[in-house]
Amino acid sequence: MNTALPNNATQQEGTVGIVQPQIFRCDHPITLQCGKTLPHYELVFETYGKLNAAKSNAVLICHALSGHHHAAGFHGSDDKKPGWWDACIGPGKAIDTNRFFVVSLNNLGGCHGSTGPKSHNPDTGKPYGPDFPIVTVRDWINSQHALMQHLSIPHWAAVVGGSLGGMQAMQWAIDFPDQVRNAVIIAAAPKLSAQNIAFNEVARKAILSDPDFCEGHYYEHDKYPRIGLSLARMLGHITYLSDAAMREKFGRELRDGAKSFDFEVEFQVESYLNYQGEVFSKNFDANTYLLMTRALDYFDPAEEHDHDLSKALARAKARFLVMSFTTDWRFSPERSQEIVEALLAARKHVSYADIECPQGHDSFLLNVPRYTNLFKAYMNSIALDGEH
Amino acid sequence: MRQDLAAIQQWVQPDCSILDLGCGDGALLAHLRDKKNVFGYGLEIDQDKILECIKKNVNVIEQDLDCGLANFENNSFDMVIMTQALQAVHYPDKVIDDMLRVGKECIITFPNFGYWRCRLYLMTKGRMPVSKQLPYTWYNTPNIHLCTFKDFEALCYRKHLKILNRTVVDMNYRDGFMMRLFPNLFGEVAVYHVTK
Repeated sequence: MNTALPNNATQQEGTVGIVQPQIFRCDHPITLQCGKTLPHYELVFETYGKLNAAKSNAVLICHALSGHHHAAGFHGSDDKKPGWWDACIGPGKAIDTNRFFVVSLNNLGGCHGSTGPKSHNPDTGKPYGPDFPIVTVRDWINSQHALMQHLSIPHWAAVVGGSLGGMQAMQWAIDFPDQVRNAVIIAAAPKLSAQNIAFNEVARKAILSDPDFCEGHYYEHDKYPRIGLSLARMLGHITYLSDAAMREKFGRELRDGAKSFDFEVEFQVESYLNYQGEVFSKNFDANTYLLMTRALDYFDPAEEHDHDLSKALARAKARFLVMSFTTDWRFSPERSQEIVEALLAARKHVSYADIECPQGHDSFLLNVPRYTNLFKAYMNSIALDGEH
Repeated sequence: MRQDLAAIQQWVQPDCSILDLGCGDGALLAHLRDKKNVFGYGLEIDQDKILECIKKNVNVIEQDLDCGLANFENNSFDMVIMTQALQAVHYPDKVIDDMLRVGKECIITFPNFGYWRCRLYLMTKGRMPVSKQLPYTWYNTPNIHLCTFKDFEALCYRKHLKILNRTVVDMNYRDGFMMRLFPNLFGEVAVYHVTK
């Protein structure tokens, strides 16, 4: 199968349609950075598009904090919403599934089908819960590498991700330099700041102090820390939006039009946040949330290179595209510029754009024309590379 | 290719490293990459031009020249090039300092305000010259630091810069006899190759 399609910019954008998740079971043990070993594990993943004969068109999607394998398309005809990155993945889109074979997985420790705290612990016969080992970005890369081998993919045309996903793309380029031709790092940071860690800590504290958390063993008690996880999500959500975006979306609108002089949910923004928290707490696992935030905290590829990111990146052979958003304050443009500066110092091929967009950190999930056009142009230049 | 760009390439050594300030659509870097195997980056702030660079597979960094080049180390490039942007920056002298800090050699091109048509325009109309080359009016022009061939040489002298090569071209990239004889009068675009 040859994916060399005419480079037609006017090609209609579409959807990848109905997709079916798959399971990869790895029977080789994985030793994690924390020192613990998982004897075997499963990763749930989806693929979009077709792998070409040269196996040169595979793209790995890395998800962010609360993401999962379902990045594009629909699971069924009654699905109201497509996958989380449908704005950028599909026929004619930035990551054009007519050209690329896209692999998207749920990371180890996740709660959407991959082995994680909800999974059965063979040692106890119960869910792992809080005993699930702490996983790091590097552990994820290693497990993603096992999936890559399972799919007989010799190298990635690109590893792509936003936020925590962008950090994984960076780690891939460092850890497997010969197997990553391009790394697309969007709205990310070279490591968390003290402020970022502080937000994570408050989120964790909210979960840990919920009586229904039951020290992580809530599954056995048929409970979940609804309030704690909701609070964690509400806090996170504030950091994903910009001040301007919140003002635009909610202003100071009151739900019922008049003040009620009590502490019930009154302002629209309160109502929105509560709703978001509530929905999230039903669909996400608290132990996974703790793990993911810790993986974020620990991420620091420069640490073992004298805290010099350019030294860490020196071994990378990939070309890089780095993008940030002007109103992102969770991982501000300056944080992306730190990555760019290190890449420049290491003399890597890199392009960088700071996208004007009012929506804050979450912009990377949206169809912002300047962003998606640049993204698409870059991905198109990769596709041509691979076809030669 | 733009006239001044063609003049530049003769001074660029094969396989060298280049930083192109205000790289536009990346045409120069793409050309030098394909013909001379140079490795380089372009800096640009115009969104549409950044997109064009990406389409050409040219490394481009969104960066405002008025914010300096602090993210580049001393002597980290063989050549720093700035074509037709000197007149648009806030502090041309500081940008030149930075260029010579980052690069071993620099190539700078700018519209020569001493060109005879500019002089004639000002003399006969008594108004700021507007031409095909400089199409803006005084109040909306991005070209806030226009200078002449002689002005630039005076700055080079003050900064003790060594002029390795210089030429002037017109819009059709001719470097005729009159231009060589009276560059400040007949040269439309000045092209300088300087070092510390």
